[in-house]
Amino acid sequence: MAIRIEHLNYVYNEGMAFEKHAVRDVSLEIPDGQFIGIIGHTGSGKSTLIQHLNGLMRATSGTIYYNEENIYAKDYRMKDLRSRVGLVFQYPEYQLFETDVFTDVCFGPKNLGLSGEETEARAYEALRLVGLKEKYYRKSPFELSGGQKRRAAIAGILAMKPEVLVLDEPTAGLDPRGRDDILDQIAKLHKEQRITVILVSHSMEDIARYVERIIVMNQGQVMYDDTPRRVFAHYKELEQVGLAAPQVTYLMQALHDQGWPVKTDAATVEEAAGEILRALKNG
Amino acid sequence: MGIVKARKLAFDYVKLDEEGRVESRSRAVDDVDLDVQAGDFIAILGHNGSGKSTLAKHINALLVPTEGTLFVDGKDTRDESKIWEIRQTAGMVFQNPDNQIIGTIVDEDVGFGPENMGIPREEIWQRVEESLKSVGMWEYRSHSPNKLSGGQKQRVAIAGVVAMRPKCIVLDEPTAMLDPNGRKEVIRTVRELNRREHVTVILITHYMEEVIQADKVFVMEQGKIVMQGTPREVFSHVEELKERRLDVPQVTLTAHELQKAGVPLPNGILTIDELAEELRKVRKS
Repeated sequence: MAIRIEHLNYVYNEGMAFEKHAVRDVSLEIPDGQFIGIIGHTGSGKSTLIQHLNGLMRATSGTIYYNEENIYAKDYRMKDLRSRVGLVFQYPEYQLFETDVFTDVCFGPKNLGLSGEETEARAYEALRLVGLKEKYYRKSPFELSGGQKRRAAIAGILAMKPEVLVLDEPTAGLDPRGRDDILDQIAKLHKEQRITVILVSHSMEDIARYVERIIVMNQGQVMYDDTPRRVFAHYKELEQVGLAAPQVTYLMQALHDQGWPVKTDAATVEEAAGEILRALKNG
Repeated sequence: MGIVKARKLAFDYVKLDEEGRVESRSRAVDDVDLDVQAGDFIAILGHNGSGKSTLAKHINALLVPTEGTLFVDGKDTRDESKIWEIRQTAGMVFQNPDNQIIGTIVDEDVGFGPENMGIPREEIWQRVEESLKSVGMWEYRSHSPNKLSGGQKQRVAIAGVVAMRPKCIVLDEPTAMLDPNGRKEVIRTVRELNRREHVTVILITHYMEEVIQADKVFVMEQGKIVMQGTPREVFSHVEELKERRLDVPQVTLTAHELQKAGVPLPNGILTIDELAEELRKVRKS
């Protein structure tokens, strides 16, 4: 059970003046239950790539296997795939359209053909999972704050019980409190429901705290695919493609350059502080 | 005399029912005193709903105080006859670049403000040139704004405000929708305007790394100013900032963790160089 991407290419406006090769020969394996971060600057192809995962975009060439089944095969049930791989777009709150939050969350499961009872049960569960309080269920989405709207939108996807949850910059535009709440909630979902989570983000600091694997995209290609510590070790190369490592990586590098006996691959504040303390104690 | 001066400023959002009767009031800004000197770079931090945007909208008289007063360059914002002068003194840049660009070509968009002020044609073009150059977007003058990146669009929006030659620019979360590169571009542009042209800057944000070089930082919560001082003073209170669930730069946090573990470091370390220097001293002794 996994997603396997083989030699995926996607070209926008093929054969026209505005032709753009957005994804170039990407091959990836995504085993069940991983928590993955995808980073890349604007236009690196990361959003195009993830839209292939639930069949929303069709590759120009290459193949995707979901649980060993080719999703481009003639008799493949794409509708099934869409309920198994849930995609949360950027600013998903713009897609809330029902008169109240609860009805909106019911839309997905209802469309899967589930009974009214089952639909409602799933909506309650999804809203509970994203931590939205019950007093908001019957409110219009317009009465909610930005962070609450976003939770409601994510609940709409969770109500379909996806096996893989893909989120495209789920914290963009939120304040630090809203950002931490959403990310903590996603991490909890990953842990408790054991779903695969793929998180697209600009923020290295955010990603470093949560994910076990980072895929760096640049010009449509996979530039790095490794653990956060190993990816951030390439901070100079990351800068060249418009990205940056977390601030602590630079701190450790600066200390190392000044002759401190420290390892430079700290990815979080705790790791950095621990490493400095160790160096101080040893001399 | 400061350029922006608020005394006991309070603002209520009033909800009316269908017959126009007051249904409810909610206080968004509560008892705020603020003094901004001409040429200052100040930053206002706070979560969504803390009242920081409401306060910002007072500075160019989009909103007027329910209680208390606000003077901009010596003019009372409640005085309706002064409203145009106030708006030319204090320009605003908002969060979403797509909501504030109206021209189909970059230079026309930047010329919109001065044109509305009745500036003679030749001077308009002169101002457009100056302001586009000051934000580093002159090469894009004949481009269509919708082909620009988010950071570039924000710089065009800033040029549009600069072309009106305001003494003060208020930026309400100008980087919230941008990627890291766009964010750096915009902040660098704003800082240069402040240094070179001595424009007063009031930056509203929740990104801590953007406020480190401000002259003064104000933290708002539930409509009130709850912390203020130089960045160093504010960032000395790591525990309080954490309690308010605001971000603290990673270097400051690392220093704080080391302090807790008994390493003798001063409070309010803001940059990598400062921390490296302090650690060097610790190691020597």
